[in-house]
Amino acid sequence: MKAVAFPQWGLPALGAGLVALAAVSDTRLALMLAVWFGAWALNAALANRARGAGARLAVPVIFGVTLLVLWEMAVQLYDISFVILPAPSAIWARMIAETATLWADFQQTILKGALAGYIIGCGAAFLAALAVDRSGFLQRGLLPVGNFIAALPIVGTAPIFVMWFGFGWQSKSAVVVAMVFFPMLVNCVQGMKASDAMQRDLMRTYAASYGQTLLKLRLPTALPFIFNGLKICTTLALIGAIVAEFFGSPTVGMGFRIKIEMGRLAMDMVWAEIAVAALAGSLFYGLVALIETRLTFWHPSQRR
Amino acid sequence: MTDGVAPAMFGPKSAARWVGAVSGAVLPVMAVVAAIVAIWYGGSVMMNRAWTLDQIERRGLEMTTMEIVADTMNQERPVLPTPHQVFNELWDTTVGEPIMRERRGELQGNPRNLFFHAYHTLWPTILGFAIGSFLGILLAVGIVHSRAMDMSVMPWAIASQTIPILAIAPIIVVVVSNLPALNNAVDQGWISDDTKLLVPKALISSYLSFFPVVVGMVAGLRSPNASDLDLMRTYSASRGQTFWKLRLPASVPFLFTSFKVSIAAALVGTIVAELPTGARFGLGARLLTGSYYGQTIQIWSALFMAAICAAALVILLGALERVVLKRMGVRT
Repeated sequence: MKAVAFPQWGLPALGAGLVALAAVSDTRLALMLAVWFGAWALNAALANRARGAGARLAVPVIFGVTLLVLWEMAVQLYDISFVILPAPSAIWARMIAETATLWADFQQTILKGALAGYIIGCGAAFLAALAVDRSGFLQRGLLPVGNFIAALPIVGTAPIFVMWFGFGWQSKSAVVVAMVFFPMLVNCVQGMKASDAMQRDLMRTYAASYGQTLLKLRLPTALPFIFNGLKICTTLALIGAIVAEFFGSPTVGMGFRIKIEMGRLAMDMVWAEIAVAALAGSLFYGLVALIETRLTFWHPSQRR
Repeated sequence: MTDGVAPAMFGPKSAARWVGAVSGAVLPVMAVVAAIVAIWYGGSVMMNRAWTLDQIERRGLEMTTMEIVADTMNQERPVLPTPHQVFNELWDTTVGEPIMRERRGELQGNPRNLFFHAYHTLWPTILGFAIGSFLGILLAVGIVHSRAMDMSVMPWAIASQTIPILAIAPIIVVVVSNLPALNNAVDQGWISDDTKLLVPKALISSYLSFFPVVVGMVAGLRSPNASDLDLMRTYSASRGQTFWKLRLPASVPFLFTSFKVSIAAALVGTIVAELPTGARFGLGARLLTGSYYGQTIQIWSALFMAAICAAALVILLGALERVVLKRMGVRT
C-alpha cells in the first residue's frame, strides 16, 4: 500500500463539496453541514496552531455549542415531533419555568439519597479496606470476589431495597451504598498495596509504628487509587439514586419526576431533569477531581 | 498415580504447584465466599424472624428456637431468601422447566424458564456491545490521529459518562420505539416486532460500553514508546503502516481489558433498559414482576442469573484474549 499524501486544503475542500452537493437536493441539510464543517475548521485551526489554556478550553466549548446548535437546527428545520426530541430552547424555557420543582427534586435525590449513600458506602468500603489490609489472606480472597461483584448489575437490587427500607430517601441511599461499596473497596485494597517494599523497609528502619507507616506512607501512596474509586462512584451514586426511584418514591425526586412526566409525554420536563442530572454529575465528578489534584499533586499522573 | 500417566499433573513438583495455587488464590476466595454465605444466612434469620414470631403469636403455637430458625429459612415470601432457596428456584426455573413449549400449535420459548429471559437479555447486550466497541475503536483511532478531535471530543466523552444514562433509559426507549423509520421498517416487514423491541435496549447498552473501549484503546494506541515510533520513522513508514504494524498490535492487550469492563456495563444497561418499559421478557422484566408481586425469591434468582451471565461473558472474553494474545506471540 502506497501512502497517499493528503493535501492541507483537502478536508475543507471535501466539506465544501459535500455542502454544495447537499444544497442541490436539500437546503436544510446543506445548512447544517455548513455549520458543522465551519465549526470543525475553526476547531482544527485552533487545535493545530494555538497553544495554552485558552485553546484547551475554547476547543471543547466550541464543539459542545456546535452540537447544541445542530440539535436546535435539526428540530426546527425538520419539524421533529415534540415527543421524540424537544429543542434545547424548549428545554431551557422549561428549566426556567420549573426551577422550584427541579430544586426540590434535586434536594430529594442528589443531596439526600445519593450523597448520603455515597458518603456511607465509600466510608464503609475504606474502613473495610483498612481492616482487610492487615491480613494478606483476606486480601487475596477479597480482591477477586470484590472485582467480580463490582461487575455485577447491582442496580438490580433496587426493588429489594425499596421493599426493605420503604419509599423514602433511605432506601435510595441503601441502593447507592450497595452500588459503590465494592468498586470502592477494590480500589482501596489495591491502593493499600501500592507502596513498594523498599519504602516500607525504610519505615521499618525508622522504627515507625503501624499507625505512622499508615499515615505517612501507605495512605498517601494509596490516594490515586482511592480517588479513582471515588470518581467512579460519583456516577454510580447518581444512577443508583435515580433508578431506585422508579420502584417507588414519595411524590418528589428526579427519578419519580422522569417516570411521571414520561407518562404525560411532557418530554421537555423529562429532558430538564436530565440536564440537571448531567450538570450535577459533572459538577460532582469535577469536585472530586479538583480535590484529587490538590491532594496528589506529587503523583506522575498529575504532571502536565 | 503410580504409573505416571500424567506426570505433569500429578508429579511431586506439580503437587507443590497445586498446593501453591490453592493456598495462593483458591483457598482465600473460598473463605471469603463462605463468609459471605454465612453472613447471608445470619441476615436471613434476622430479617425473617419478625414474620415467624408474628405467625406464632397469631396462631398460639409453641416453637423451640431451632424450629423458629428453621422456619425463617424456608418461608414462602421471605424478606431475605436464603441461599438454598435461591439456588432451588434457579434450579427449578432452568433445569426443571422445558425450554420450549407449545402454544396455539406453535413451538415457542417458555417464559417460565429463566434461560428464556436470559436469552432475551443477552442478545441486546451482545449487539450493544458490538456497536459500542466498534464506535469506541473508531473514535479512539480518530482521537489518536487528529489533534482537533482529541481536544474537542475527549472532554465530552468523559462528560458523557457523568450523565446518569440509566436514568435516561425510559426516554430512549420511548423515542426509539416512536422513530418513524423504525415503525416503517416494521410495517414493511423488514424487521419483526421482537427486533424492534431489541433496538432501544441495544442502544442503551452500546452507550454504556463505548466509553471503556475509547479510553482503553486510546491508551493502547499511544502505548508504543518513542523509540518504537522512531524506528518506524527510520523505515520511512507511512502513518497507515505505523498504525497497522505498530499501534494496532500494541493496543490489543489494552483493548481486551476494556472489553471485559464494557461488556459488564452493557449487561447492566440492558437490564435497566427493561425496567421502565414494561418489557415482558428479559431478566429486567423478571425483576420488575418479582417486585410487583413481592416474589423475593424470584428477584434474587433473576439477579443471580444476571450475575452468571456477566461472569460467563467475561470468562468468554478472557478465553478469547488468551487465544488471540498467544497467536500474536505475546508472552504473559
